[in-house]
Amino acid sequence: MNKETSTLKRMVGHQLFMPIISLIIVMLITVVYKSLFGKDGVHLDLTFFQIQITNGHLYGYLIDILNHAGGLVILAIGMTLTVASSAGTDISVGAVSALCAAVCVRVLGRENVVADYSTGVYILAFIAAMLVGALCGVFNGYLVAYLDIQPMVATLILFTAGRGMAQLLVNGYIIYVRKESYKWLGSFFPHIPLPSALIVAMVVAVVMYLVLNKTALGLYIQAVGINKKASHVVGLNSKMIILLTYVFCGWCASINGLIKSSEIASVDANNIGLMMELDAILSVAIGGNSLGGGKFNLFGSIIGAVTIQALSTVLLSMSVESTQVPVFKALLVAAIVVFQSPEIQRWRRNRKARAAAAGKKVA
Amino acid sequence: MKEILTMRHIDKNFPGVRALSNVDFTLREGEIHALMGENGAGKSTLIKVLTGVEEFESGDIRVDGIEGPVINRSPEEAQKNGISTVYQEVNLCPNLTVAENLYIGRQPRTAFGTIDWKTINENAKKVLTDLDIDVDVTKNVEDCSVAIQQMIAIARAVDISAKILILDEPTSSLDDNEVEKLFTLMRKLQSKGMGIIFVTHFLEQVYEVCDKITVLRNGELVGEFTVEELPRVQLVAKMMGKDFDDLAEIKSAATETDNSHKEVLISAKQLGSRGAVHPFDVDIYKGDVIGLSGLLGSGRSELARTIYGIQNPDEGELFVKGKKVHIKQPIQAMKLGMGLLPEDRKDEGIIADLSVRENIIIALQAKRGVFRLISRKQQEEFADKYIDILQIKTAHRDTPIKQLSGGNQQKAILGRWLLTDPDFLVLDEPTRGIDVGTKTEIQKLVVKLADEGKTVVFISSEIEEMIRTCRRMIIMRDTYKVGELPEMEISKDNIMKAIAGGAEHE
Repeated sequence: MNKETSTLKRMVGHQLFMPIISLIIVMLITVVYKSLFGKDGVHLDLTFFQIQITNGHLYGYLIDILNHAGGLVILAIGMTLTVASSAGTDISVGAVSALCAAVCVRVLGRENVVADYSTGVYILAFIAAMLVGALCGVFNGYLVAYLDIQPMVATLILFTAGRGMAQLLVNGYIIYVRKESYKWLGSFFPHIPLPSALIVAMVVAVVMYLVLNKTALGLYIQAVGINKKASHVVGLNSKMIILLTYVFCGWCASINGLIKSSEIASVDANNIGLMMELDAILSVAIGGNSLGGGKFNLFGSIIGAVTIQALSTVLLSMSVESTQVPVFKALLVAAIVVFQSPEIQRWRRNRKARAAAAGKKVA
Repeated sequence: MKEILTMRHIDKNFPGVRALSNVDFTLREGEIHALMGENGAGKSTLIKVLTGVEEFESGDIRVDGIEGPVINRSPEEAQKNGISTVYQEVNLCPNLTVAENLYIGRQPRTAFGTIDWKTINENAKKVLTDLDIDVDVTKNVEDCSVAIQQMIAIARAVDISAKILILDEPTSSLDDNEVEKLFTLMRKLQSKGMGIIFVTHFLEQVYEVCDKITVLRNGELVGEFTVEELPRVQLVAKMMGKDFDDLAEIKSAATETDNSHKEVLISAKQLGSRGAVHPFDVDIYKGDVIGLSGLLGSGRSELARTIYGIQNPDEGELFVKGKKVHIKQPIQAMKLGMGLLPEDRKDEGIIADLSVRENIIIALQAKRGVFRLISRKQQEEFADKYIDILQIKTAHRDTPIKQLSGGNQQKAILGRWLLTDPDFLVLDEPTRGIDVGTKTEIQKLVVKLADEGKTVVFISSEIEEMIRTCRRMIIMRDTYKVGELPEMEISKDNIMKAIAGGAEHE
């Protein structure tokens, strides 16, 4: 075997290979579609890849996707860790996002339309939202780690109650925040070319990568996820480690809530983060991570999240009606997941092996 | 007495292991027959073969009243042929009533095809009264005590097929009072002519209730004995594979060990953990090699695990180097210089998906704390060092440990603990399921560690191995610490006597 084929093999065998391929396929479909059904007849249409600078900010399809994917990327990072440590998903992240956004505006004021406040108050409100997110994580994590409740059942409580609590906080109204700076997190900070959500997601990703790889935390989380009992015997506090991953996931949900609320410059307790827990779980799965816990790849989940957002954005740009987007999304996701399934992978390997064997015989 | 079950020349192989080899077993009418043997002797396999859970390669099973050989392909089929099993974990539906549980799957119907509740409850009451089991049949099973649940399971088995009953470790989760009730029920069934196979590791109970004992060892039949002709010491000898008469060997190198001037490393005073090990006193000296001996379930592992903090002690005191400590988590024990290699390698030892390297450094890493990550270069050095010293056969240090053979996994786990440089190391069955060469290496390692001034607690089912390595023996029986043997007195003879509970060691 020469060196080139072995490099190729290593690439194909890598956990990130399939997620990246999925993302590329989604992009290709868009280009093909635009080229075939564009306004000016059939011609190669590469507007998808165009990026422009307007008013010192970057604009374009790709930027749009990355911008909107920011919140989901952060959720996916949090979800990856709960999956890794406890083989369980935190299905409350969507509801917790809404709750945290509601907490934020509640701190800003009692009226339904929030007026101008000083920056200090805004910072206070953001911190309060993050604290509530982390607290929700403590609640979830305690149920899972210390009371040994199935993660899905444990997080179902806040999944159900979270939005209700948010509604209580905003008295059932949609509250608008009429201050320009409130919109920054969901769009652009002044004089910064990259969208804010993308920057925040990148910061969270880089910081988490460093925390997981420069301390022993990454190893601990994997060890606990693979074998809780053995980890306990070698001196790891398995319960505390699981709790921590849920706290972090709750914090991620609060950041997502703030971003989503900023995007629409309001708090809509019914819709912020709606169904995002499922997208987050899907991101983890598309990233090639086992939902059975243990070993994980943060980067895979991030690509998974971007892929899902790319799908939504692309479908909307193809003027698919927003109510129908989920149908097409489901179809594509089904294709990706089936293609990545162990059975199909085994079938592909066998076929390759058979082809190789047949080739040998002929030679 | 009439033979109601005969098993002849039963052979059963698992990949690479001979589980049963030419085993005979006979059960007679109205007999309570104990099936005895240490771990891996083949007791469970024999039961599984009989009840159709496992297939067997060759041999002949005959049941009284059935023409020709009987081959059960499933537990249901075995039940049809008159063989019922009640396991340690009761398999009843906790949220159904006692009567429903008795008749589940065979409910009597009314003329309209609906379930005939009246008949079910009446029949259930009759069945239970016949067996002197006092319980309200309309009560949910989950509201009954474990003992009653066990009896209901037995009643159900008896009611379905009243010929052969297998009780697999039925007494493990019962207290003395409940055990007595169970025995009354067993005797009652015996008087009705039923044959009962009783699998247990409690010696006392065998002598209390059984007529016959069949002993298996390493998948082979040692023999069938009546209870009267086989005193306890002989039974232990047969289970462990040493003929009592051959125990004339005298230990040569033994010296009178005077512990008074030795430094006490660990001292437990009436330390106990409810349900696992009764309160015990023990002094462990620096450089000691202590053997914990006893049958399976005697509390030998639990004693060590209570000191190490896996099993939480709920009474007594523990002193390490003269200082009183409260160990609630293994990490606390590790910081005091302890280490423990657990008995169940797969469940508590290896972290399967992680590499050999990560498995070796994980304990040291946990001891150092989350913020002081061992650098990759150092991890590789540590891993290579122990792969080399312990001769771990692995393709690469980054190979997942689950791909290694059992013996090599065990060596990696040993390396994990040696790397933490403990003063006190517990090795619980370190040689189980590994080849002879590795066994000897591990025994040598234990002796070497002691020479370096480390203290080792060694737990093994193989008595030979213990005698070769240990300088002091602690004897456990039925979760009590029942005695200690100084080096001078360590011999197979004495150990077996102590395990069996001779008067001189009470």
